[in-house]
Amino acid sequence: MSMFKQGEKKTVPAMSTGSTSDIVFMFLFFFMVCSQLRSTENKVQVNPPEATEVVKLERKDLTSYINIGPPVKHLQSQYGTDARIQLNDSFKSVDEIRDFIAAERDAMSEADRQFMTVAIKADQNVRMGIITDVKQELRRCSALKIMYTARKPAAD
Amino acid sequence: MASKKTPEINSSSTADIAFLLLCYFLMTSTMGEDSGLQRRLPPMPNENQEVQDQKINRRNIIVVKINSQDRLLAGSDAIDVSLLKDRIKDFLTNPTNDPNLPEKEVKDIEGFGAYPVSKGVISLQNDRGTSYQAYIAVQNELVRAINELRDDFCKRYYGKVYTQLTEDQQKIAREAIPQNISEAEPKDVSKR
Repeated sequence: MSMFKQGEKKTVPAMSTGSTSDIVFMFLFFFMVCSQLRSTENKVQVNPPEATEVVKLERKDLTSYINIGPPVKHLQSQYGTDARIQLNDSFKSVDEIRDFIAAERDAMSEADRQFMTVAIKADQNVRMGIITDVKQELRRCSALKIMYTARKPAAD
Repeated sequence: MASKKTPEINSSSTADIAFLLLCYFLMTSTMGEDSGLQRRLPPMPNENQEVQDQKINRRNIIVVKINSQDRLLAGSDAIDVSLLKDRIKDFLTNPTNDPNLPEKEVKDIEGFGAYPVSKGVISLQNDRGTSYQAYIAVQNELVRAINELRDDFCKRYYGKVYTQLTEDQQKIAREAIPQNISEAEPKDVSKR
């Protein structure tokens, strides 16, 4: 009867690492759900102004962004520090907004077009002149639902 | 005969693969929740369409102007942004039925009944040199005034704040206290 084996060395069994991947996958799914893909490279610096009465953007897929602000540091030697409009991936002029809106509209389904929102992401230090121009151009393209991007002030 | 067991697949590297995916998504995505102030622009008037907005009575309109030094003019006097909210609330509620403040029109709101709806319109004008920050600050105050009025309305008739009401009740509140902010045609006020 060898009930008690004396000579055998007791080793701690290796910890199973099989479930690590599950944990990491859970992380992955979390990040995939609550983040959006960065679609364009930012070429302008945008530091949105603060506002307390902000509402959340409802449908991100129906939103087109117009970024307005001074060019980022490494582009300033080329483009200067004056505020510029960025659509998709490049600097554009006010007149090109029309084509941009048309293209965005085409990409949407027929039913969704009326809900299209244009988010104006402007730096807090830009002058209203450029924004007024953009607004007038948007009115001309009858993209009337707009949103001034702003951030909530930090709680004090 | 000894039964041959298939050896277990070493699964420790699955974690590495998943980590790689995780890093990829962390790099290419932004967490930022976009938020902001929502507005509806007025449609561009046609050339052949006659101008109709002249008909709004003088007393029903308050002009809020921001100049290029970010100074504020509400109605006829220069005030600070912090006072704008109360000024707008006074203007829209017109508690004493002042003949200089906007008139009210008793409207029949579906699902609620008659309610005196103010006909006041806030006209916001800005200069080309106004900073965006000041503009948003003013817009924010205007929205805040209207939100507070809606909250007052909701508390009085439903006992809850606006955000806790049902969709239909919110619609009634929106109809009772409309958000009439007109962003005027751009004017170059710097020359004056």
